[in-house]
Amino acid sequence: MKKYLYLQDGTHFEGTAFGATNEIAGEVVFNTSMVGYQEALSDPSYANQLLTFTYPLIGTYGVDMTRNQSTGVLAQCAIVHTLENEPGPDGETLNDYLLKYHVPGIQGVDTRQLTKHIRQSHTMQAVLLNQPLVDDFDTVYTKLFAQCQKPPQLGHATYHSKATHPKHVVMIDFGTKQGIIDSLVDNGISVTVVPYTTDLAMIQNLYPDGILLSNGPGDPADYDVLPLIQKLEHLYPIAGICLGHQILALANGAKTVAMAYGHRGINHPVHAIGSDHAIITSQNHGYMVDPDSLAGTDLVVTAIEGDDGTIEGLAHQWLPMFTVQYHPEANPGPKDASGFFNQFKQLMEKKVAAHA
Amino acid sequence: MPKNLNIHKIVVIGSGPIIVGQAAEFDYSGSQACLSLREEGYSVVLINSNPATIMTDDDIADKIYLEPLTLESVTHILEVEKPDALLPTLGGQTGLNMAVALDEAGVLKRLNIQLLGTGLDTIHQAEDRQAFKQLMEDLHQPVPQSLTVHDLGSALKFADACGYPVIVRPAFTLGGTGGGIAHDEAELKIIGQRGLELSPNTECLIEKSIAGYKEIEFEVMRDAAGTTISVCCMENVDPVGIHTGDSIVVAPNQTLDDPTFQKLRSASLQIVDALNIQGGCNVQLAQDPNSDQYYIIEVNPRVSRSSALASKATGYPIAKIAAKIAVGLNLQEIQNPVTKTTFAAFEPTLDYVVAKIPRFPFDKFVSAERQLGTQMKATGEVMGIGTTFEEALLKAVQSLELDTKMQTTLLPKTTPTESELTEALEHPTDVRLFYLFEALRQGWSKQKIQAHTQITMFFLNKLAHIFNTLTGLQTGQLTVAKAHAANQLGFTAGMIAQAAGVSDSVVNALLPAPVYKMVDTCAGEFASETPYFYSTAFPGENESKPLGNSIIVIGSGPIRIGQGVEFDYTTVHCVQAIQAAGYHAIIINNNPETVSTDFSISDKLYFEPLTAESVMHIVDLEKPLGVIVQFGGQTAINLTAKLAKLGVKILGTSLAGINQTENRHEFETLLADLHINQPQGDTAMNLEEARQIAPVVGYPVMVRPSYVLGGRAMAIVEDESELAEYVQKAIAAAPHQPILIDHDVQGLECEVDILSDGQDVFIPGIMEHLEGSGIHSGDSIAIYPPQHLTAAQQAEIIQTATAIGKAVHCVGMMNVQFIVADQLYVIDVNPRASRTVPFMSKVTGYPLAKLATNLILGKTLADLNLPIGCPTPKPGVAIKAPVFSFTKLPGMVTGLAPEMKSTGETIGLGRDYHEALAKALCDSYHCTLPKAGDVLLSSHQPNAELASELANVGVKLTLGDGQIPAQKPWAVLNLDEHQTTASPLNYYALSHQVPLLTSTATLTGLLEAVLQPA
Repeated sequence: MKKYLYLQDGTHFEGTAFGATNEIAGEVVFNTSMVGYQEALSDPSYANQLLTFTYPLIGTYGVDMTRNQSTGVLAQCAIVHTLENEPGPDGETLNDYLLKYHVPGIQGVDTRQLTKHIRQSHTMQAVLLNQPLVDDFDTVYTKLFAQCQKPPQLGHATYHSKATHPKHVVMIDFGTKQGIIDSLVDNGISVTVVPYTTDLAMIQNLYPDGILLSNGPGDPADYDVLPLIQKLEHLYPIAGICLGHQILALANGAKTVAMAYGHRGINHPVHAIGSDHAIITSQNHGYMVDPDSLAGTDLVVTAIEGDDGTIEGLAHQWLPMFTVQYHPEANPGPKDASGFFNQFKQLMEKKVAAHA
Repeated sequence: MPKNLNIHKIVVIGSGPIIVGQAAEFDYSGSQACLSLREEGYSVVLINSNPATIMTDDDIADKIYLEPLTLESVTHILEVEKPDALLPTLGGQTGLNMAVALDEAGVLKRLNIQLLGTGLDTIHQAEDRQAFKQLMEDLHQPVPQSLTVHDLGSALKFADACGYPVIVRPAFTLGGTGGGIAHDEAELKIIGQRGLELSPNTECLIEKSIAGYKEIEFEVMRDAAGTTISVCCMENVDPVGIHTGDSIVVAPNQTLDDPTFQKLRSASLQIVDALNIQGGCNVQLAQDPNSDQYYIIEVNPRVSRSSALASKATGYPIAKIAAKIAVGLNLQEIQNPVTKTTFAAFEPTLDYVVAKIPRFPFDKFVSAERQLGTQMKATGEVMGIGTTFEEALLKAVQSLELDTKMQTTLLPKTTPTESELTEALEHPTDVRLFYLFEALRQGWSKQKIQAHTQITMFFLNKLAHIFNTLTGLQTGQLTVAKAHAANQLGFTAGMIAQAAGVSDSVVNALLPAPVYKMVDTCAGEFASETPYFYSTAFPGENESKPLGNSIIVIGSGPIRIGQGVEFDYTTVHCVQAIQAAGYHAIIINNNPETVSTDFSISDKLYFEPLTAESVMHIVDLEKPLGVIVQFGGQTAINLTAKLAKLGVKILGTSLAGINQTENRHEFETLLADLHINQPQGDTAMNLEEARQIAPVVGYPVMVRPSYVLGGRAMAIVEDESELAEYVQKAIAAAPHQPILIDHDVQGLECEVDILSDGQDVFIPGIMEHLEGSGIHSGDSIAIYPPQHLTAAQQAEIIQTATAIGKAVHCVGMMNVQFIVADQLYVIDVNPRASRTVPFMSKVTGYPLAKLATNLILGKTLADLNLPIGCPTPKPGVAIKAPVFSFTKLPGMVTGLAPEMKSTGETIGLGRDYHEALAKALCDSYHCTLPKAGDVLLSSHQPNAELASELANVGVKLTLGDGQIPAQKPWAVLNLDEHQTTASPLNYYALSHQVPLLTSTATLTGLLEAVLQPA
């Protein structure tokens, strides 16, 4: 069966269908990782996006449910050059996986051409259809998008660390990856995940040692949470990852802006300000903190991306707060930044010591 | 960190002559590094004894020493040059060993020379088995358990404790001979006992076997500030047990999921960090396919063959960046030379697949053991780039220049029986890939193949995909859809036509032109201008825009016996001359090890198979002014007729001229017309004809196939009893081609390279061969200027070569080989640059390949200020000596013969003949000049002349009888030309690092250097 990919600017690609047969709409983005397709597809930050893989062979190893980053596939579809059909430990292939979660795929696309197009013309809206487009793009897009939107399932769960005296973090969930929870637990931190809509009193009743703002999809400015965050940051040590980083920036008076085509890959260098040392990080974001908006805030830049200088880390001048734009939990990607979780734990310990 | 301003002059040590395991990749990395250091403003002094390298060109370093890589010679150069620093990690194991030797001798300390890059303690820690094991334990990184034993009891006890299977590695045996895998106690008793007996020290290493694990390699870079990145992860299609240099390797890794990949990456980075590497480092790991268990196999703390492959596979120039790190720069300060918009501190990401297939010398070395193991045997490699694994693999197969039928059908030359097939899969050889296809053809299930090979199922699925596609082409009508589908998997039009039983033109009409994609390190995420392209039959956007005003240069493909790095040298020089003349130069080549396949060398690089089909696609796109075939060895020459027939303009000597020298009968006519003597000879198509011809031309006769390289399947036949054997070998080497049978004239062999504008001929000089005729010119010691030729003989050589050049209207260059006997005979003419071009360019000062390119582009000798005839040589003597890799290739016959055996060459420059010869031989054989009290272990009683020379030097002679001598001999002389590496004398020499001389001429040269010092 054929499949048709149409971009907002009229560019289109034809390919062969795989996965589910539904038609979808969203924002088309590309990811440059050569491993970790399953972690990316199940990453809630890809919600409502058409995910293009730049590496041409996807599915050269099979699916393993233990690698899922959420309860389903949040990306709207997978766009690949060539679908491979290797089975995972339970015999599950990428195609099976997409079928299971009702997610369509298209293969046979010159994904390099598509990637270059996104780079040059920037992230844009797109639709994936079973028939050639006959109607007006915007009409089709609006109709499909209303049908296929997938908000991340936000958590209400507690994860206990086996450490003797674990710290307790309340995670404000915007669509967290399982990897963040696992990394916290592995670092001796118990986690209670609550939706970002939770009110302050409920969070206080959980007696957290610290607050972590998770990653999540979309424009950080669309989330109506700043009053809550502004209160929390004065009460607890607080950290943010990806969207959580952006929201903490907004809560402290900075601005966020959409990037031309974002950072989506596992090879992004990040260096801490004042250090001559860089680490390689996993990233997935289409918005960033506007550096010009930091003037007059209490925020300081702690890290930047090596190639384009994007702000990768912030700290508050006097509150126990730090944030990272990249994904220290990896999944997929290098573990070079995994020290983040221990650093967060130390921040909570310091806070305890200060009150003692 | 800013670069180190306390140092100004840096010495770089090259890797010396090419041997198996240390080849052209070090010319690539070394020249990149030297240029990189000069770019930063340092004065670079280079020491390398290999003349056939770009690295030893004048514009690579500020000063170049073409001197032996011996402690004595390097120490002397350091004393003269007084450098501030030395960079040893770019010259392979040779460079590292030299740095260690200099340090141990106290030279570095005495001369206050700082070592740059990775330090010696790190090198020790990575290379010393015990120190490495300790470090891994400290880092909690797993290594296979192992124990050194001197008796069988200890071996059995250890195996009991760690569990079977275990690997037995006897110490100090050639290429690991006598080792093996024991699956149980009974097997260990047999293999262990044999190993202990074979080891001269009665010593074996018993190691827990991880054969069959997935073999994974990481190329890692680290700077002084501690930033550590993985440039490339490569996965071996062949599981652990076959040296990675002999394995089919694919990049990026295909079958590791993210958690496994990250675990291995983290382990690699941790080790590189703990070793405090400053530059490039290679880490090899083994991953159990059935559990989480992995092991560290090996760490190479320097740039390597793998780093060259990784550089070409990703576009990230590891050696160049490593040199910058060595002088103190940090990765985040170094610009990414590919994108020019990003920095070196990032990890390349690929949007294509790369497959590397090694090229083995067994087509030449028929007696050598073909079975692959932990000792590398390949001489070279090819790389294919595609957008699927299948396409990349088949492009690499097309690049092998192995056997047209095998490359087309993908099956072995002869059909094996079931048991032969099982044997070939369980004990893989160089042609394993074709046996895997054969197993599929014989209906083996993938599961059965996996049980015998332990190859990961993903790769077997891909091979089955290729094979099923092939079968699909063979059945039913060829449809457009079938042709397209096969083409997208990398099937060439020729393969499709052959399988479907139709003509090439039918298939060509069905297939669209391929598109070309850019290699840019970043999968299109950033804008790049890299002129580095590969084709894909997958439909899409073509990114390669024709350059215009361009000339295409055909490269020489994989390094093999007879076609070495010399032809990469000439290719690069041709490109440089084209650019200097104001044209765009385009290279087509498929060898990832070389300088020519660095994207910065040409205006555009197409990394493609060197077949007429793939060249034509590029010609059709680029519409060049013409194609130059003279510098890519026989690979390029063999394409000439096909390209010319397809309407391509061949620049330089015309196809007619080429045929006059390559076609036997045209060549005879040419020489007869010019009244030039040629050893009497004729051609035979079969054994019967050969039997009739041989007595007519007169025994001894030289038998050889036509249109093959480096004297493959070439032999001297003394009488009729030997004839059948060698004629059949020649027929097998070049089926359906005439066999050449010539009278073997005994005499002095010499050769010249000639340059011509079609009118006049310039000859840079005459090279005389030390050994007589009957030994392949590539294995002979070449002397310039000649020492034993009269003025009249030299004049006749020049006159004859000139006459040939004029008669064929040579435009560009040619090589003519002679025998001087009762009269002058011409034995061979090669209508192209020969392997002597770099040597002669360096010793005469005439850049021959560049000059020849200018002639090809229309200049006259007068335009280039080149005289007609041969200029008077400058004072001094230069010697080119061959270097052999016998230790790496057990089973080879060590005696020299018409078939070429050497893998590399060294140069000796001296005030006179003896000094030059001594330098060349000492470097070639890793020996010192003999002194009084030294022992020579010899197979034969020397003749009176040699005996007196030995006595004059004071060398004692011991006749070898297989017993291990009490005193380590200075050298072994084995004159029995039929003996292999396994014969006791040879085995002793090769396994104890004692120089092995196989000709009295070599020994005499060394003795005379002592007796008649310059």
